[in-house]
Amino acid sequence: MENYDIVIIGGGPAGLAAAVSAYDAGARSILILERDKKLGGILEQCIHNGFGLHTFKEELTGPEYAQRYFDQVLERKIEYRLNTMVLDISAEKVITAMSRTDGLFEIQAGSVILAMGCRERSRGSLNIPGYRPAGIYTAGTAQRLVNMEGMMPGREVVILGSGDIGLIMARRMTLEGAKVKVVAELLPYSGGLRRNIVQCLDDYDIPLKLSHTVIDIEGKERVEGITIAEVDEKRRPIPGTEEHYTCDTLLLSVGLIPENELSRGMGVKINPVTNGPSVNESLETSIPGVFAAGNVLHVHDLVDFVSEEAASAGRNAAAYVQAGGNEEARHEVPVAAEGGPRYTVPVTIDPSRVPESLTVRFRVGDIIRNHFVSVYFDQDRVLHIKRPIMAPGEMEEVKLKKQFFDERPNLAKITIRVEEK
Amino acid sequence: MDTRNLICISCPLGCPITVTLNGSGEIEKVEGYSCPRGEAYARKEVTNPTRIVTSTVRVLGAAKGDVMVSCKTKTDVPKGKIFDVIKGINGISVTAPVHIGDVILQNVAGTGVDIVATKEIR
Repeated sequence: MENYDIVIIGGGPAGLAAAVSAYDAGARSILILERDKKLGGILEQCIHNGFGLHTFKEELTGPEYAQRYFDQVLERKIEYRLNTMVLDISAEKVITAMSRTDGLFEIQAGSVILAMGCRERSRGSLNIPGYRPAGIYTAGTAQRLVNMEGMMPGREVVILGSGDIGLIMARRMTLEGAKVKVVAELLPYSGGLRRNIVQCLDDYDIPLKLSHTVIDIEGKERVEGITIAEVDEKRRPIPGTEEHYTCDTLLLSVGLIPENELSRGMGVKINPVTNGPSVNESLETSIPGVFAAGNVLHVHDLVDFVSEEAASAGRNAAAYVQAGGNEEARHEVPVAAEGGPRYTVPVTIDPSRVPESLTVRFRVGDIIRNHFVSVYFDQDRVLHIKRPIMAPGEMEEVKLKKQFFDERPNLAKITIRVEEK
Repeated sequence: MDTRNLICISCPLGCPITVTLNGSGEIEKVEGYSCPRGEAYARKEVTNPTRIVTSTVRVLGAAKGDVMVSCKTKTDVPKGKIFDVIKGINGISVTAPVHIGDVILQNVAGTGVDIVATKEIR
């Protein structure tokens, strides 16, 4: 069986950044396994700009951003295998994979970095009545068809869901000559970034109907029309508010789900809120030496933060193998979320393993205006940051300094609290 | 006096910015931005709004079977010219190899701005 110190599952933005930082931290035996024919992951189809402002201080398109990391992987001569599907990972870190050229093979990893990303929720999870005609796509599938395959999924479009990919595709389909009639969002607020509402919908006069959903899909062979209706606070359609749109295409942008079949298979503990692994300060899962970063851990809005998080996972994996697979019991201080945040990443922190600054990321469950994000170490408030507006569609973060931990040797609990004062 | 409320699109933070105009339509003050990019965006957005336009064109002879190469306007173009830019690149094709930054079309739609490739195609 082949052996590698670090095996990275997935060659998208998270996998590439993890590989580069693991190498820079001194690891040399690194392998990236990627199921597609190219590295870069979803960035390859995200041809719009706005990537990299945080990482590279310039505005790049998705493929340009991916190329920056790909070049870094090449410069370091980090090994990768394309067209390679990982089928299973055992709790002992034996990876079973297959490809057309190598057939079925196994690799023993010293450390594993999970970087499989996420996938889109599809119609099957929505309970929309009606036939199953052609013309219903997830926004990401439409994005791949238009931007990579050069095909238009349709001419008259209704979009359900206001996630970022849906907003981006509203603009993209419009530029390619389609008529996007409406974007309907079940919730009373958009799940996408504010800037995308402005530059993808407002710029093109595409209406966004909040608290609306699709209640009927017409057409047997091909979509012929869509009926939407307003919903009440319990998200039930309100009779009498139905509106009909003639269209040949319905795009769905209704959420992303971290892709954790492999993680579950190896017995990694999953956080039911994020659908990603529960991790500690080192982004290490419940199995020592198995790390997770990027959308497989929790769905991000910005690739820059995926890269940052994955770089940290890469460094930690390198440290783990350099320490000879240190599996001693961790000191775990729990991180609790109160008053707004739905979850935190990480969920526990070992004060002895905190870097100079540790980023804790979270999302709120509702739109919250003029509140403070506070961090309590036991009863002490160590951070108190005013936030004019927080929204579920925009990830929040706080940075905890090592000094906070050093000053409190008997720390028992960390609380991230959203509060009025 | 007239005020315009904007959401900055310069970066994903999406800062809410308020621009106050005086009676003759000149900018009196700009508030709410958190970086120089934001202020520049707000000033431009109320006088001459611009956007970077991204799209794709066909690529022929790609080694790995790619059929499209992504591209963008090298700098921002007036918002009112977006559809002219798209029309300008309609039907264009390029031959592989293509490198990031290669000029695909010069001076698109008379804007003085070139269309450049944003993907490496071998």
